[in-house]
Amino acid sequence: MAAKTAPPGPASAAPLSKEEILRYSRHLIMPEVGMEGQLKLKQARVLLIGTGGLGAPLGLYLAAAGVGHLGLVDFDVVDFTNLQRQVTFGTADVGRRKVEAARERLSNLNPAIDITVHETMLTSANALELFRDYDIIVDGTDNFPTRYLVNDACVLSGKINVYGSIFRFEGQATVFGYPGGPCYRCLYPEPPPPGLVPSCAEGGVLGVLPGIVGSIQAMETIKLILGSGESLVGRLLLFDALRMRFRELKLRKNPDCPVCGEHPTVTELIDYQEFCGIRGQEAAPTVSVPEITPKELKARLDRGGDLFILDVREPHEYQICNLQGYLIPLGDLPRRASELDSSREIVAHCRSGKRSADAVDFLRKAGFRKIWNLKGGILAWSDEVDPKVPKY
Amino acid sequence: MPVRVIIPTPLRPFAGKRDHVEVAAQTVGEALASLISQHGELRRHLYQDDGRLRSFVNVYVNDEDIRYLQKESTPLREGDTVSIVPSIAGGSTEIPVSGRTCALPQFALRENRQDCLFYRER
Repeated sequence: MAAKTAPPGPASAAPLSKEEILRYSRHLIMPEVGMEGQLKLKQARVLLIGTGGLGAPLGLYLAAAGVGHLGLVDFDVVDFTNLQRQVTFGTADVGRRKVEAARERLSNLNPAIDITVHETMLTSANALELFRDYDIIVDGTDNFPTRYLVNDACVLSGKINVYGSIFRFEGQATVFGYPGGPCYRCLYPEPPPPGLVPSCAEGGVLGVLPGIVGSIQAMETIKLILGSGESLVGRLLLFDALRMRFRELKLRKNPDCPVCGEHPTVTELIDYQEFCGIRGQEAAPTVSVPEITPKELKARLDRGGDLFILDVREPHEYQICNLQGYLIPLGDLPRRASELDSSREIVAHCRSGKRSADAVDFLRKAGFRKIWNLKGGILAWSDEVDPKVPKY
Repeated sequence: MPVRVIIPTPLRPFAGKRDHVEVAAQTVGEALASLISQHGELRRHLYQDDGRLRSFVNVYVNDEDIRYLQKESTPLREGDTVSIVPSIAGGSTEIPVSGRTCALPQFALRENRQDCLFYRER
């Protein structure tokens, strides 16, 4: 479906200043934008949910393009692992509130726009209120509960939802919530239950990928504001970065959709943690197994104890740092458990202690008795015993 | 009919890291059955226990959603492309972790439940 109508907004606008005319001159000389389009951008109110990987190019390009009112929602703090892809932030921003660091960067890029920061987690209690002041909502989040929340709040409040998501080398983008068009629930009525793919398989993301997908979202947002071109409404764009291939699939409005269908059953915001099957699980402990602390392990090794160190991480993680343990990735353990001597004392470790707890549990069930989990994994070892071991 | 089934990134660990397979099938259901016969681990990622396709996995023939065709009975023609398109939620904060944990029946769905949806190992 081609969507050519701009969302309704105030028709009249203050004219551009001399500085703005110079700043936006490469837009103004294009007939597709021109003065009229640039004033539409200046009048537009866009809310970015998330200032992370997708939010970085979104914020930068929308600010640079002169979108007059940008809202930023995030509750997170910049850390070192963000810098590989969240290009809004610099090294000096580590430890700062993301919304504050982003506001500073975007204001510096374009002092002519208004930026409102909402330092909060988006919830069912605040979403509709937050969305009220904006024309377009851009979903740059990283989890299913927030995605369903953004979708439902957009449908209930009649806002357009510019959608993008990524996984390792693959991205998806489209526009939901356009009048007459499909919503996220038309595409996926329900989220995956916790514990099943797709989200649990090998994580990680190539830093450029959110740059590309977020840029596509920025382009769609600008086109919707201008009312020009053909938007992604009714099309799901798939991007495979490894093969450098774009494909597109047809998206249809589902008449049975629980939120935007003919007989909706979702008429107000719900508990999205529960909907995604997460409630209660966050607090649930992982398997309970015998543990040893890094300091205890160090003391025993220093005393010359005969301990076998089992590293259950992946080979590429072993290359980052290791405790010179014997490497059997958790996934290979059932097949390779026979390589271990159950008469020896074994300490299993991983990065944080979760996977190795699974390994200890598995091996105990297989008859191993003298086995402990290194509490907190190699991260805790770095904190408590040997700071030369890098954390990742 | 020889057709191509495209396997999305999140499911490739369960399909021998293949990004597609060629199968002979008359319908979408047959194509998926043939895929599962080659890569048995995919079954529980594609189907519920009652044999229905999971609701967060969509299947397309070329660019059409089979929910709006004849679902798994949708006939295939030579050269058609069947795409499996699961929902993905990432936007920013995934970190590397073993995918094989979840592939293991003895670990998946029980011990690792809480790990998998938003695996943040810290």
